[in-house]
Amino acid sequence: MRTRFQQGLDELREKLLRMGGLAEQAVDRACEAYRDRDLARCHQVLEGESVINAAERDIDEVAFDLLAMQQPMATDLRFILAVVKINSDLERVGDQAVNIVERVMDMVDLPTVDLPVDISRMANATSAMVRRALESFIEGKDELAQAVLEMDNVVDRMRDEAFISLVRKMNEAPDATQQSLDALLIARNLERVADHATNIAEDVIFWVRGRDVRHNAGVTRRTTPVVPET
Amino acid sequence: MGVGIEVQQLNAWFGKNQALHDVSMKVTPNQATAVIGPSGCGKSTFVRCLNRMHETLPETRVEGKVKIGDQEIYGTGTSAVQIRRRIGMVFQKPNPFPTMSIYDNVAAGLKLNGFRDRQKLNEIVERSLRHAALWDEVKDDLKKKSGASLSGGQQQRLCIARALAVEPQVMLMDEPASALDPISTGKIEELIFQLKEHYTIVIVTHNMQQAARVAEYTGFFLLGKLIEFDKTEKIFTTPSDKRTEDYITGRFG
Repeated sequence: MRTRFQQGLDELREKLLRMGGLAEQAVDRACEAYRDRDLARCHQVLEGESVINAAERDIDEVAFDLLAMQQPMATDLRFILAVVKINSDLERVGDQAVNIVERVMDMVDLPTVDLPVDISRMANATSAMVRRALESFIEGKDELAQAVLEMDNVVDRMRDEAFISLVRKMNEAPDATQQSLDALLIARNLERVADHATNIAEDVIFWVRGRDVRHNAGVTRRTTPVVPET
Repeated sequence: MGVGIEVQQLNAWFGKNQALHDVSMKVTPNQATAVIGPSGCGKSTFVRCLNRMHETLPETRVEGKVKIGDQEIYGTGTSAVQIRRRIGMVFQKPNPFPTMSIYDNVAAGLKLNGFRDRQKLNEIVERSLRHAALWDEVKDDLKKKSGASLSGGQQQRLCIARALAVEPQVMLMDEPASALDPISTGKIEELIFQLKEHYTIVIVTHNMQQAARVAEYTGFFLLGKLIEFDKTEKIFTTPSDKRTEDYITGRFG
């Protein structure tokens, strides 16, 4: 066994899990901030961004060192590549949480209006996707990751419904345009979080199965039958 | 031009010990095929069966079919010497003829075969040394310096030039760079890349990164069996067999 290499892989996994926890927490806090119009929560998310950014750099550095020093192959190589990509997606999840709280901070100063959109339901679905994508990574289970891919359509549909109903609201009640627009942007941010969760799930599948399923491709690295029939 | 190699159900023994078990493999012409595996897995025995060198050791035996191009090398009436002329071989430790000049080292194979045309011999020596990427370094000392006076990396390229001089179609290389420093190793690897234009190459290597760098196809041997044979990028990114995966990721044993 390559003890030092294994320690490096374990370190990378732990750091990514911590990063995943931070990103997941940022989205949850952003959704709580929306639900409660809570400025303190907004500030927590904003402050947390620099921690996520530092974690991203740290993970990239460990991955870069492992690639340079250990020449990983096969499943180890796929694992490190997946971690690097998941890391980038998690950082973008953190960015989306920041975008959400920026909209919430805008909304806090505006009169409260009834909006025809269930952001909490969408937030729950999106959080579940991120959580399950991370679980699939922790357990190395491609079937869990596959389930995440199938959830993406649900969130896309929620986003489309939110767009239709919020645009209608803007037409019917022009004085609620700003609030409707904020909610619409939050719906879009959540849908983007779901996209990142989908990317993470795809990367887990690539790591576990060696299959590239991005863009519905389902491509396995080509195998050429080169051993003659005997 | 290089030719393909087709190995079918190859078995080899040292006395009662079977070193190869039913190995089948198709080697593509004008490409490099790497053979990897732990010590004692049969990879060197495998390449030594491709030019009938295995049978030069006492109490050895080979069964199965090996076709180099259209020629069945274990067919009745096929001469081992004739086969080896078509298949050059380079070993781990450079082994130039120590007392011969650089020129004579390269010309040795042809002279042994009774080649006498001086002008033609000069041409072949130059071409072989150029193909082995050694010409520029030795052209002024061809007859002045002995093969043994060269550096390890140069000696290995001299051995490659010597093998190329008899115009083989296949080059077998048994860990050709494992005794060399990284610069000489780089030269040998670059050379392999260029040699593919004219020859088919089979290289045994312990260095998996080297296999990944130079070979289009890679075969993984374990306990005398060919466990997996596929395109190199497939072997090193998504091998099909757990044993290959364990070996190349260092989790073997």
